[in-house]
Amino acid sequence: MAGGFAEAGADLELVGITKRFPGFTAIEELNLTIPAGSFFALLGPSGCGKTTTLRLVAGLEDPTAGRILIGGKDVTTTKPYQRPVNTVFQSYALFPHMTVLENVAFGLKRRRIADPLGKAHEALRLVELDHVAQRKPAQLSGGQQQRVALARAVVNRPALLLLDEPLGALDLKLRRQMQIELKDIQSDVGLTFLHVTHDQEEAMTMADTVAVMNKGQIEQMGAPEELYELPKTAFVANFLGQSNLFTGTVTNSGKESIIVDVAGTKIEVPRERAQRHAGEVTIGVRPEKLMLHTSAPKPTPGTNVIGPGRVNDVSFSGVSTQYSVTVPKLGNVIVFAQNMVFGPVVNDGAEVWLAWTVDHGFGLLDDPADGPRFEPDTDTKSIAVQRREKLEEELEEA
Amino acid sequence: MIGRFFSRYTIWIYAVLAFVFLLIPIAYTIVFSFNDSRRTNISWRGFTLDNWVYLCDEQGVCQSFLNSVIVGLVATLLATTLGTMIAIALVRYRFRFRAATTLLLFLPMATPEIVLGTGLAAEFLTAGIPKGALTVILAHTMFCISFVVVTVRARVASLDPAMEEAGRDLYASPGQVFMRVTFPLLLPGIIAAALLSFALSFDDFIITNFNSGPFTTFPKYLYTAAAKGMPAEANVVASAVFFIAIIAVVVSQLSAAARRKRLAKQ
Ligand SMILES: Nc1ncnc2c1ncn2[C@@H]1O[C@H](COP(=O)(O)OP(=O)(O)OP(=O)(O)O)[C@@H](O)[C@H]1O
Ligand SMILES: [Mg+2]
Repeated sequence: MAGGFAEAGADLELVGITKRFPGFTAIEELNLTIPAGSFFALLGPSGCGKTTTLRLVAGLEDPTAGRILIGGKDVTTTKPYQRPVNTVFQSYALFPHMTVLENVAFGLKRRRIADPLGKAHEALRLVELDHVAQRKPAQLSGGQQQRVALARAVVNRPALLLLDEPLGALDLKLRRQMQIELKDIQSDVGLTFLHVTHDQEEAMTMADTVAVMNKGQIEQMGAPEELYELPKTAFVANFLGQSNLFTGTVTNSGKESIIVDVAGTKIEVPRERAQRHAGEVTIGVRPEKLMLHTSAPKPTPGTNVIGPGRVNDVSFSGVSTQYSVTVPKLGNVIVFAQNMVFGPVVNDGAEVWLAWTVDHGFGLLDDPADGPRFEPDTDTKSIAVQRREKLEEELEEA
Repeated sequence: MIGRFFSRYTIWIYAVLAFVFLLIPIAYTIVFSFNDSRRTNISWRGFTLDNWVYLCDEQGVCQSFLNSVIVGLVATLLATTLGTMIAIALVRYRFRFRAATTLLLFLPMATPEIVLGTGLAAEFLTAGIPKGALTVILAHTMFCISFVVVTVRARVASLDPAMEEAGRDLYASPGQVFMRVTFPLLLPGIIAAALLSFALSFDDFIITNFNSGPFTTFPKYLYTAAAKGMPAEANVVASAVFFIAIIAVVVSQLSAAARRKRLAKQ
């Protein structure tokens, strides 16, 4: 059992984890390795199984199949209190009958760590809540409760800290500040953090590795830049930032690049940036990589050009301007342009050509026939509703 | 004019009448505990404190009162412990005949006391258990359990499972989770159940009468005493119980208010 503070983080390994609830598979064959001391962010739409994954790691839920290893030790069958893991719960789960201080000291006292109250005060100072140490959780605001939940888990310095949207209820300024504190704690001791968030920017700025989860599976994981610059599936391309996607047939598969015929327009994609090299493929490019031209640019090697199209929307957002351009047969294309000059470069209704460097394009793994993979109807709220309905049913039956 | 007056004050008139109706027996009991009664305590003969001071001189009053308190405490302890465990099991665990168990637990509350009393008496006879303190305690425990289960069950159902999960996550063993998280959160329900049990046990007459044999509880003493004229000491005990209950309520309300004030100040 975990005695004392962790000296360093532990690595986490999920091997073929599957979790089935009655009539619903929440996690399917999940394989994941998080190296010790890393900051790992898990991103994904509501209901994709992020909380379930954390609960499996914490031991609050048993996997239907697969193994969980922490620091190389198989903990699949051990009890939650025997795992060197702490959780910041999405619902906070503070003990209502204890003061804030007692809440934070709870884990330390159970492990008989010296000076639990002093350490609890210290953790509360870290989240700037030492002045409410004697209050009950019900007397705090949502954001304050969330910070107490954070302090209650962090104070234990576990080898592996699970954070389930720990900053969701905070305003921007406080959130940035807590991000910095968290990152400090993590790198000071070298703890392993598994951080679930809906905030892409948070994931991108804080994490060493980002994993995008969809429907109980990891779609893609890697360093933040890598994930952004080279998404492998349409889901990742659209979930992390925006993408312009086109579907066409590969007409020429060369050594350096492939040529895709999209409704008559030839688009070149570097071979190593394309996941598939033959048949029907989906290719894409990020909106900020596109350049607007008011006249047809001269075809140059190493540049893709589409157009002419017509600007149908211009929206100014401070640092950049977003243009929406309708290109016949290719559909709507989005362009982000830095505001280097005053006002938009082109106006609504203007005729434009779009160009980008071949190196910026990417080719996806998806079968274009698959269609969108989003299914937004399963989130934690609907779980709550389901649970309540089940309970009511039972009460009636009783 | 008169119509207006009535429509305006009807509610007050009803309320006052209702309170008078409710309080007259209690007031009567209290007043007559100070009556200088000699043989019967029916007509007012003058004020005295003797009944209060020499309470235990009257045969049987103090003994039966003490018996009732002991029976009440033991039955409450047993019923609350068992009932709480049953309530947790009913909410938390899925097992066969769970619905049937729930129904059976509700049954004693719905059954007329006279049926329960005679039924138990027959059972004790068959089992060869002599009637006395033990049979009374067993009988009281039995019907109190139902009320405890109903009271505590509601509390368990409203308990967020995430609380216990957080406890387990924070290195508390199952025993510690129960003692430090589950039990304190259920405590208000358990206390309410215990108070209810004690009250039910303390003033039960019908079931007790069938199962007590020579053992006398306070209600049973009153019943017997009433036949030959109620002694004023009975009024003393009844008044004392009334005052203790009132004081308990007032003290708990005041301490709750004080706690609120203290928290508000922080
Ligand atoms: N106890 C349960 N019984 C049945 N289904 C469940 C249960 N818990 C979760 N699920 C289902 O598992 C899926 C994943 O849930 P989970 O809570 O892990 O989502 P999430 O990714 O954390 O979502 P969010 O971002 O909204 O918190 C959901 O579709 C949910 O309906
Ligand atoms: Mg969740």
